[in-house]
Amino acid sequence: MEKILDVKNLHVNFATYNGTVQAIRGVDFHLNSGETLAIVGESGSGKSITVRSILQLLAKNSDIPEGQILYHGDDLLQKSDKEMDAIRGDKIAMIFQDPMTSLDPTMPIGKQVAEPLLIHHKVSKKEAMDRAEEVLRLVGIPNPKARMKDYPHQFSGGQRQRIVIAIAIVDYPEILIADEPTTALDVTVQAQIIDLLKELQEKIGTSIIFITHDLGVVAGIADRVAVMYAGKFVEYGTVDEIFYNPQHPYTWGLLDSMPTLDTSEQDHLNSIPGTPPNLLNPPKGDAFAPRNSYAMEIDEEEQPPFFKVSKTHYAATWLLHPDAPKVTPPESIQKRFEKFQALKSGGSVK
Amino acid sequence: MTKYILKRILYLFLTLFIIASITFFLMKLLPGTPFTNQNRLSHEQLAIVKAQYGLDQPVLIQYLRYMGGLFQGNLGTSFQFNNEPVTQLIGQRLAPSMQIGAQAMIVGTVLGILLGAFAAIRKNTWVDTLATFISILGLSIPSFVLAVLLQFYLAFKWHIYPVALWDNFQSSVLPTLALAALPLGNVARFMRTEMVDVMSSDYIELAKSKGNSSWQVVTKHALRNSLIPVVTIIGPMAVSVMTGSMVVENIFSIPGIGEQFVKSITTNDYPTIMGLTIFYSFLLILVILIVDILYGFIDPRIRLGNGGKE
Repeated sequence: MEKILDVKNLHVNFATYNGTVQAIRGVDFHLNSGETLAIVGESGSGKSITVRSILQLLAKNSDIPEGQILYHGDDLLQKSDKEMDAIRGDKIAMIFQDPMTSLDPTMPIGKQVAEPLLIHHKVSKKEAMDRAEEVLRLVGIPNPKARMKDYPHQFSGGQRQRIVIAIAIVDYPEILIADEPTTALDVTVQAQIIDLLKELQEKIGTSIIFITHDLGVVAGIADRVAVMYAGKFVEYGTVDEIFYNPQHPYTWGLLDSMPTLDTSEQDHLNSIPGTPPNLLNPPKGDAFAPRNSYAMEIDEEEQPPFFKVSKTHYAATWLLHPDAPKVTPPESIQKRFEKFQALKSGGSVK
Repeated sequence: MTKYILKRILYLFLTLFIIASITFFLMKLLPGTPFTNQNRLSHEQLAIVKAQYGLDQPVLIQYLRYMGGLFQGNLGTSFQFNNEPVTQLIGQRLAPSMQIGAQAMIVGTVLGILLGAFAAIRKNTWVDTLATFISILGLSIPSFVLAVLLQFYLAFKWHIYPVALWDNFQSSVLPTLALAALPLGNVARFMRTEMVDVMSSDYIELAKSKGNSSWQVVTKHALRNSLIPVVTIIGPMAVSVMTGSMVVENIFSIPGIGEQFVKSITTNDYPTIMGLTIFYSFLLILVILIVDILYGFIDPRIRLGNGGKE
């Protein structure tokens, strides 16, 4: 599989009145051609900033002191504004989170969908509009020919998100970045949008980076998952590895706070105690240590490196160090381990 | 849409009727009569003149007579300006006032939009500071002070423009500038605030993510959306330009309506006061009507008819 995007040791800082916020503190990941990578983590963990730095859509007070974002081997961070304009919307496109505010209220939607084509290709207005109509039909807007002249306020939230998706895919981008595309939608529409994205991926063969804080959504769409905490990745692996063989206590916490089919009405969901660290002064050791009931002394002193679990699965926790004591994960996680064993021996997890 | 405009035009005339009535009675409360200054007239002569103009009748009868004439488009004849019909009087003096007013509105609005837009795009830089400084000057210096200053420097000292004259375009430059300062300041301020807001909105980020250059983002998406509140203030601004023009016309000796308005009030020239008040009100209501219709063109969300679907 070809790596079309390779992010190496990415750091992003923001200059604020209170000092420098180290929002991203060394992130490495890659995206293979045709796959879907999900980035999960709680609000403020740096998911959006990570993907926005790929398209360089960060606020003016941001700074990338270190790192590389290699797109087909070319470092995007070295590109000029003009070169980036040529990549945005054509090679790499983005789906935004809030469909209610992401569309220009004073422009007919057909024109908004056709816009990337007119920017990046020498096509006539008619050709671009025909293509926009085709894509609007593809994303499921009924009667697109007539509705192209309508304005965003004449569509429902779910339809508007479909239009936002149409804008992102109209130029068949190689990479589609979906920044919580379903968060603002109700659950039934969420499922429709996820199905739509999967269908589109099959049709146009695009690679997707999918950001969410909802693990339930991840299971439905991703091939691989990266878990993010306080500006760093803590664990990444295939969907099965993250869901059924999680190694990092933070991933345990996330999975433990998600209801499953076995959860009854009487059970109360667990939450992770405490709050994320202030990234104005990031901790010396493991950022998750203060909230981690499995934390050891070394967690306070030194950040854990990534330990290899399998060829595709890595986790940054000292618990995986050969000298670490054996700990017993929460009961729900142990159940997941059992399912993982069944999965490995060829059984079904469902 | 047509139905809406017709309804608005009907309201326009209803409003004018109410304004005419109130003005008529208020005017009668002004001290003195149109002939107070005419010392040479004897009591008998005064009575004859009053009877000639119908001023010996009870106020209510005078009112009914006036309104009757008004419905036929007759604004009466002036007491002071050579017994000219008021309609003719306004017609003759309309052109200079309209020229200066329109020029000031256009110059002020266009420059204000540009100034506000640049300030917003270059937020928190020296461009922004300079633009804010200019707009505060425009807002806070009264037009008559600015008029005198412009007269002193650009005309009297440096001889670039005539001091007080009315013949060609050259002579309209200074009064236009004096009147344009207020709309310029106002529009720039509104434009900056709105555009700063718009520039940080989600759809601008999406426009950027499509591959639009910074310039294209502004011209294709940000400008139009920022214009919506600016259009709202054009109506009230037209009012201040009109009132401002009365004084400015006096300063530059422009034979416009404003100058005449002031004269007619100081001399109790009833028909002229009435005629000009009605005319000014008509202009104002018309401007507001046009702004309301314009609004729908800029913002599709408030377009009328079929619940927004045309």
